[in-house]
Amino acid sequence: MSDIALDDVLGKGWKKPPFVKRAWLRWVLIVGFVAYIIAAFATIEVDWGRVYIGLDRGWQFILSFTRPDFISRWGDIWNGLIESIVMTVAASVVGILISIPIGLGAARNIAPLPVYVICRGIVAISRALQEIIVAILLVAIFGFGPLAGFLTLSFATIGFLSKLLAEDIEAMDRSQAEAIKASGAKWMQWINYGVQPQVMPRLVGLSMYRVDINFRESAILGLVGAGGIGATLNTAFDRYEYDTAAAILILIIGIVMVLEYLSGIIRARVQ
Amino acid sequence: MLRLEKLTKTYKTGDQALKAIDLEVPKGQVLALIGPSGAGKSTMIRCINRLVEPTGGAVMLDDTDLTRLGSGALRKARREMGMIFQEYALVERLTVMENVLSGRLGFVGFWRSFLRRYPQSDVDEAFRLLDRVGLLHMADKRADELSGGQRQRVGICRALIQNPKLLLVDEPTASLDPKTSRQIMRLITELCRERGLAAIINIHDVALAQMFVPRVVGLRLGEIVYDGGPTGLTPDKLTEIYGEEDWEATIEKVDDDEDADIEAAE
Repeated sequence: MSDIALDDVLGKGWKKPPFVKRAWLRWVLIVGFVAYIIAAFATIEVDWGRVYIGLDRGWQFILSFTRPDFISRWGDIWNGLIESIVMTVAASVVGILISIPIGLGAARNIAPLPVYVICRGIVAISRALQEIIVAILLVAIFGFGPLAGFLTLSFATIGFLSKLLAEDIEAMDRSQAEAIKASGAKWMQWINYGVQPQVMPRLVGLSMYRVDINFRESAILGLVGAGGIGATLNTAFDRYEYDTAAAILILIIGIVMVLEYLSGIIRARVQ
Repeated sequence: MLRLEKLTKTYKTGDQALKAIDLEVPKGQVLALIGPSGAGKSTMIRCINRLVEPTGGAVMLDDTDLTRLGSGALRKARREMGMIFQEYALVERLTVMENVLSGRLGFVGFWRSFLRRYPQSDVDEAFRLLDRVGLLHMADKRADELSGGQRQRVGICRALIQNPKLLLVDEPTASLDPKTSRQIMRLITELCRERGLAAIINIHDVALAQMFVPRVVGLRLGEIVYDGGPTGLTPDKLTEIYGEEDWEATIEKVDDDEDADIEAAE
């Protein structure tokens, strides 16, 4: 490109080179994408008669939010909530503790290859198995109740947190860690001084986020028998007690909002 | 005290960063390593304490060959070599004091360092060093609150608290303004003299090197092409090291006195 004469390009205007250089390929991609979108929408079948009836039911459901019933099933709601919160806290703590060593092992810049492969494998398995599937399996093994939920959430936390922690470690500033290594530090000291301070804010932020997710998940896991507020919610739906269901949903929303607020404060503090 | 014998580094890509370097550094000598980017200065310094693994040759520190040490012995050997980095490489989220004390990591056990309960002698020495570089009042500040010159002084304390025999200094002034650069170079050379330390200082600023060190080694494409006093760096020699340029302005003698007054006034 160095042999372009300045006179040739002056007054010519300039445009950013396109991402896909070959024009025909670019147009094939664009047209193909549009055609795909149209075709995809065309295959969605909508039974408008059914929607019309459903609208009414949906409306009933929404209306019940205006008169949520906290009172008549309060005992069940309270027990469910406590169970969910215990489940969330226990699963988060256990999950976070386990995911720290796995996260260290899954970071290519600090772990030797065999350790890396094993830890990435654990992460991949944990992430591939969706919470509901794990919960169904664990309910089958341990029976109905919060133990299955607790184990499910711990397992899911490991995949989530280890992966993101490992990625943060891989993106850390090498020279800071190198400086600690140059002082003759042992491996644990190196992690404690060279790596941990760099990833701590992200680890705390992610952990708070995971607590939040675990609480929301605990409401879903009840649907497959893994205990918690979800079990109460499921029962309410089964009995068509939309007002009780609304009360539960309002409580879940409230708690998630409180967690969001807390995590904001904590993250600002550890920066 | 330090002797490099046929030190060679070939990267996996096939690039020869160091081609059989022979170099002897006697006790207490401060040496500047100059050369263009990519000449292998950084690689050479890192091959000495094996942050980069050399592919051939030997690094003799007193009578030990560092290239043959296992990981435990290497950690012990690294305690003898303090390192000062370009861009300071302080752990930014730790306090100044933690950064300085991290130089003692090779000497204390994990739990002591984890709980930050260092021996009183280490703590005293850290305070003494911070006082020496004029940063005692900054001890509890976080490292990222400091200015560039202050950070590099903390970096110097971290290297010195190891009580090393040798300082490995990698571009200590690369991101500092001209005045701070001189202050840092003066501080390093003064401290080396006070403690009888040998030092290898990578530096791309030839004039700054000439101003402060008695011996200059010029590196070009992984080979030593100059080894001698600062006054022997003639335009011809600089052309050999860096390539064709007009060197007359660079090697002009710079008067250092007014600058010393400024620092004394601080």
